[in-house]
Amino acid sequence: MTPALEVRAVSQHFGQLKAVDEVTLSVAPGTRHAVIGPNGAGKSTLFALIAGTLRATTGHVLLDGEDVTSVSEHRRVRRGIVRTFQHSSLFLSQTVLDNVLLAAQRRAGASWSMLRPLRKRRDLVGEGQALLEQVGLGERHRARAGALSHGERRQLEVAVALGCRPRVVMLDEPAAGMSPAETARFSRLVTDLPSDVTVLLVEHDLDVVFGLADTVSVLHLGRHLLTGTPTEVKASEEVQQAYLGAADTSELFRETAP
Amino acid sequence: MSPTVVKRVVVAATLVVLLALPWVVNAYAISTVSRMLVFAVLAVSVNLLTGVTGLPTLGQSAYFGVGAYTGALVATTLTDVGPVQLVICAAAGALAAAVTGPVAMRARGVPFLMITLAIGEIAYVAAGRLDFITRGTDGFSGIPPVVPLPGMEPLRLDGLVYYYVLAVFLLLFAIVAVLLRSPFGLALRGIRDNEARLRAVGYPTTAFALTSYCIAGALAGAAGSMWTATQRFVAPGDMGFQVAALALLAVVIGGVGSMWGACVGAALVVLIRDYLGGFLAGQGPLLLGILFVVVVYTLPHGLAGVSWPRRRSREEVSA
Repeated sequence: MTPALEVRAVSQHFGQLKAVDEVTLSVAPGTRHAVIGPNGAGKSTLFALIAGTLRATTGHVLLDGEDVTSVSEHRRVRRGIVRTFQHSSLFLSQTVLDNVLLAAQRRAGASWSMLRPLRKRRDLVGEGQALLEQVGLGERHRARAGALSHGERRQLEVAVALGCRPRVVMLDEPAAGMSPAETARFSRLVTDLPSDVTVLLVEHDLDVVFGLADTVSVLHLGRHLLTGTPTEVKASEEVQQAYLGAADTSELFRETAP
Repeated sequence: MSPTVVKRVVVAATLVVLLALPWVVNAYAISTVSRMLVFAVLAVSVNLLTGVTGLPTLGQSAYFGVGAYTGALVATTLTDVGPVQLVICAAAGALAAAVTGPVAMRARGVPFLMITLAIGEIAYVAAGRLDFITRGTDGFSGIPPVVPLPGMEPLRLDGLVYYYVLAVFLLLFAIVAVLLRSPFGLALRGIRDNEARLRAVGYPTTAFALTSYCIAGALAGAAGSMWTATQRFVAPGDMGFQVAALALLAVVIGGVGSMWGACVGAALVVLIRDYLGGFLAGQGPLLLGILFVVVVYTLPHGLAGVSWPRRRSREEVSA
């Protein structure tokens, strides 16, 4: 089966720093795939490369077997890959409903429409409201996004991404700063996503990762360490060393590979 | 009374006052109000970019000038029918914006502001130099009075010209109001709030911003056509830096992002510059400066940001 998402030897160099160094990953359709690694492992940069926010220095990104390395970010979204941001990135002066409507109207191909009032588009408004219910913000649709709490913003972030009806959704540390109750609710949300939606997840909370993911990839210092089932990853000596920093932290300060 | 009822009453009262005005005030005053309406359309154009799309601009005077000179040319050579002039001028403004906009679109924020300032200055200099079109610094005179609809008499009285300008103003204001409530309007506000995220939701944001720039250009061009119809004389000074700066000032006074605020701001600016300034031996600019400082200190969100008790209570419910 063609992988939903594949990265082949992608690298991103910022001057001397190799933030992502020849990483190769393959994500099968419908999987819940987590990317973990200590701080500075290159997780967020890898996300930016896959989403198209950054162009890879070298390597290729493939969506459903098609090379999208040189495709712009907004066109990749149209092909079905959507990301959320580590630090909530929303439309703060708009209402919560308008935030999801921005995604829903784009997906419906209505965003160039200049005449018909948005509020009269019952199909879109209904869809937006349903998305908010799905993430648990149904009551808050009239609030300004800027007035939401941190946890609520994380929920809205997910609703905006789902509003694009992605085939691959990339969640960048979705549970960061969430309360245990919010985290539990979020885990259920991901579990309940349709099984044909592929989820790629970066997360620090390893309980969340091992509870949700069926495949886990570990990055360390920009390099791919291993990919396996949660059990395999938990048992790996290498991974424990990376996290505990047994021998490796000096590499962070070394200028280039020897 | 609910907020919507209050709003409707205010709108109706404003309309009644605007319609009754020529019967109450003298010819000079009514021509000042006509200029206010022209300036209000220009302020709406600036606000569409600055307040809605988040692109602060000092260049709309250029497209205003394109509209004014196009209006003068069309009126002297083609037709004196106002709506035809209006459409041609708006198209000319949009076209000029489409040609110059891509240069400005490379930047955002202050660099964008600087590029639009340059566009405005280039247009101003060009208006003075291109004698064969603009008749240079002497100005373009001999423009026939405007005919509101084919078959009607030319409008020679200030009061009648005022009604023509008022009708055009209301039409353009309504068009912008519809635009802002549409999905496209929401997308523009999305650019202002968070362009990077909008791109990540799948929008080609530069194309949206450029379209907004062209629509603002069309509005400024239409304002130029209204200017020609009221003044029947166009000179490079009508499109100088001062015009662009005052339009931006009107938007700041009115409250960035609010269309009615921009119109009230434009009326205030013209009132002070043309009317009160006349009584104070040319101290209009000084008064405008004082007004600007007072507004920025006392009303950081402009006139539209003044929250009445009723409005605040609604915000609390939603917060």
